Order: sequence, then structure tokens, then C-alpha cells
Amino acid sequence: MSDGLSGLPLYVAPKARSLLEPHRLVLMAVFAAIILCAIWFMRWDWLPKYGPRLLYGVWQTLVMLFSTASIGFLLAIPIGLVQVTGPRPLAWLARIFCTVIRGTPLLLQLWLLYYGLGSIFAQYPELRSSVFWPYLRQAWPYGFTALMFSFAAYEGEVMRGAFAGVPRGELEAARAFGMRRFTAFRRIWLPRALHRALPTLAGETVLQLKATPLVATITVIDVYAVISKVRQDTYLTYEPLLLLALIYLCLTAVLVAAFRFLEGRIPTREA
Amino acid sequence: MPAGFQLLSLTPPGWGGVLLAGLFASLQLAIGGYLLGLAIGVGGAFGKLYGGPILRDLLEVYTTVIRAVPELVLILLLYYAGTDIINQLMALAGFPAVDISGLVAGIFVIGVVQGAYSTEVLRGAIKAIPSGQVEAARAYGMGPILALRRVTLPAMLPYAIPGLANLWMIATKDTALLAVVGFSELTLVTRQAAGATKAYMTFYLAAGVLYLVVTLASSVIIALIERHARRGMPRMG
Repeated sequence: MSDGLSGLPLYVAPKARSLLEPHRLVLMAVFAAIILCAIWFMRWDWLPKYGPRLLYGVWQTLVMLFSTASIGFLLAIPIGLVQVTGPRPLAWLARIFCTVIRGTPLLLQLWLLYYGLGSIFAQYPELRSSVFWPYLRQAWPYGFTALMFSFAAYEGEVMRGAFAGVPRGELEAARAFGMRRFTAFRRIWLPRALHRALPTLAGETVLQLKATPLVATITVIDVYAVISKVRQDTYLTYEPLLLLALIYLCLTAVLVAAFRFLEGRIPTREA
Repeated sequence: MPAGFQLLSLTPPGWGGVLLAGLFASLQLAIGGYLLGLAIGVGGAFGKLYGGPILRDLLEVYTTVIRAVPELVLILLLYYAGTDIINQLMALAGFPAVDISGLVAGIFVIGVVQGAYSTEVLRGAIKAIPSGQVEAARAYGMGPILALRRVTLPAMLPYAIPGLANLWMIATKDTALLAVVGFSELTLVTRQAAGATKAYMTFYLAAGVLYLVVTLASSVIIALIERHARRGMPRMG
């Protein structure tokens, strides 16, 4: 390796990574100093007062995340399937759904549902007197729907690839064993496709977590909304936002670790 | 809905012109932010691959933090922090505080966020180049800049384009988040138009169509670029 003599050095694989390399210790000391300075010089006296509300906000964010992700994933399975094998009109519908949802900003979809659809709903007296109205008047059903659609569209695209990527021979073998189409789907096609889609699930869930604060713009209370309230009450700019960034960092880290743990428990032959 | 179309007409009683101006602002933001992100990405990728241990660790922290925190939060933080820091520096240098244009601040914010993702995409693409090609360039006696320009960058392009195309789509959609800090791009303008006329559905659908046109046009152009970059390579799947 004649690094620096001429040309680019070739890619050198990093050495066994250890947290205790000397430069890392220095970096960690620097970061610790920055954090201590932030704690010392910035204002954190609002924290005890808003602590319980923050916890509630984190809980709401997690509820929003897992409910929309799980229902969106269930929706993604048929969306992916009809694009691979379904009748033409259904396949086109699914395609258009994915293109539209993935081609426009989530914030716009959210406002379209909440302000647009909400204002149309309000024009129908039948709806206003129905049992659904107490729910339709609130903001969270719209936030839930928008987030769920978004997850379904992105994961639907993944599922389409996963269904299409299951080797044909396995499906033919299922038919040769005399399985009906549905049995073959239930026993072979779906499990194999899910298995192929699993590695993307962690990334998509993290993306979904990062999309949840948008619902605060339509007055749903999540951790972002609580922090906005803190900023309004205390006129502080940075402290609440830094805390919020830290909260999301921790949530992402926990999510990634949990998915890694789960993936480790699912046996794969390829790897 | 004829009344709806009247609202969308381009001349002042209609809001069509305002929407198009918003779209133009959004595109400026997306293009500026994307290019800035690409510049950061090229630097970041080379830093991560060839830099010293400290630079590599710092870049790792940058990409990890940016990719773990919601864009909305980052945009708020960087928008305030960026303008604040510049004004503080101006005050230190003895100049009066300047009013930083929303466009510049917005491009900075989107660029910093995009830079983290570009770094990862480009790093992967550079690693995917068969090492023999870079070695051959060195064997021909090319200097680092020449090898970068003639071999590394063109050779990594086919590997990088799918990821970079995805990033461009994300950039166009991330511009909508600047509505939250009050920058008059398409989404915020739409909200104002809808609020003023109470024709919520009309305007949100119109804005959706505009975004969709941008996305679809982009995907056509990207397909052309990809075909050009992959010329002479074996077909994939």
C-alpha cells in the first residue's frame, strides 16, 4: 500500500473496531464536555414541570408508530400481491395508489385529509348526527389514516418485489404436491415473501417513526407537540428541540436494536 | 367543478399563479439543497473511505444522527441555529445583523440533511467499483484528481444513480417541511389559498397534481440518465 505516493489509496478495510482506540477516547471526552456545557449553560428548569407530559407524548408517538405500521403492513400485503398476480384493474389501482402516495409529500396528504376531507364531511348533516362524528371531529383519525397509507404504499412496493422474487420452482413444487392455490399461497408464497421483505422492515419502521411528528401539525398530541408547547410557554428555541432530537435518537436506537435482535432469531440460509 | 377551475386560474382572482410561484420556490429549494447535499456527499464519502480515523468517526456521527432524527426536527433546529450562528458571527466581526433569506436557509437545511444520505449512497457506490479499475488508473500514472475525474466518478455512477434518484425524490418532498417554518413553498402557499377561499379540496388536490407531475417527470429523466450511465455495461436482471 503506497498511500499518498500517487493516486488514490485503495480502500482499506477498517481495523477491528473498538471503542477504546485512543482517538475515540479523545472524541468521547470532547462530546462529553459539549454535553456538560449544554447542561450547565442552557436552561433546563422547565424539564420537571413538563416531564410527565413528555412521557405521555413519547407514548402517543409510539402508539401512533406501531398501530399505523402494523395495519399499514397488513394493507401492504394485498397491495403487493395484486400487482404481481391480481386482475388488471386491481393491479392498476394498486400501482396508482403507490405512485400517488409516494409521489406527494406526506405533509400535503395529511392536510388534504384533515382540512379537505374534514371540511367536506362537515357539510353533511347526516354524518354530523351519526355515531362516527365524535371520531371524525377529532384530528387523530386523519393522522392515523395518512400515516397508515404512507406505510402501506412504501411497504407495498417492497412486498411487490418480494412476491415477484420468490423462485418459481418453489411455487411449482407446491402445485406438484397437489396444494390448492390458496394453500400454496398460505404455506409457501406468503412466508417466503415475508421472509424476503423482513430486512427492509427495520428501515421502513425508522422512516415511519421520523414521519410521526408531522401529525402534530394537525393538532394531534405527540412528543413533538409537547415540545412545541414547551417552546411557546418558555420562549426557548434550542433546549426543547435538542431534547427532542435526543429523544428521537434514543427511540431510533432502541428500534434498530430490537429489529436486529428479532432478525437474529429468524434463521436464514443465504447469510 | 367550474367554480374550482376559476379559483385555479392564473390571473389574480384565481390562485393558480400563486401556486406556480410556490412550485417554483419548491423546485429552487429542492435543486439547491440536492446539489449542496451531493457536494457534501462526495466529500463525506471520500472522507469515510480514505480519511483518517478522527474524520471517519466524525462523519459516522454526522450520518447517524441526521438519519436518526426526523427531518422536521432537523429543519427547525438547523433553520434557527444556522441563521443564529451567522448573525452571531456577523456581530463578532462588527457587522450589523443581516436578514438571511429563507431560500438560502432552506437550501442549507435541505443540503445538510441530504448530505448524510448522499454520503452513504456514494460510499457504497465507490466501494462497488472493481478495485482493478482504480489500480489500472494508478498503473497508468494518473494523479489522484485525474483518476477521480476519469475513473472513480464515472465508474461509480451506475451504482450510485438508483440511490441518488431516490434522494432527489426525497428532496422534492422534504421541501414541503419548510412550510412549518413559514417558507412560502408550494405546500404553505396551498394552505394559504385554501384557507382564504375555503376551497380546501380543490387546492390540496391541485398541489398534489403539481407534486406528482414533478415526480413523474423526474422519473422519466432519471431513466434516461441511468441508461446513459449504464451504457456499455451488461444488462441487469
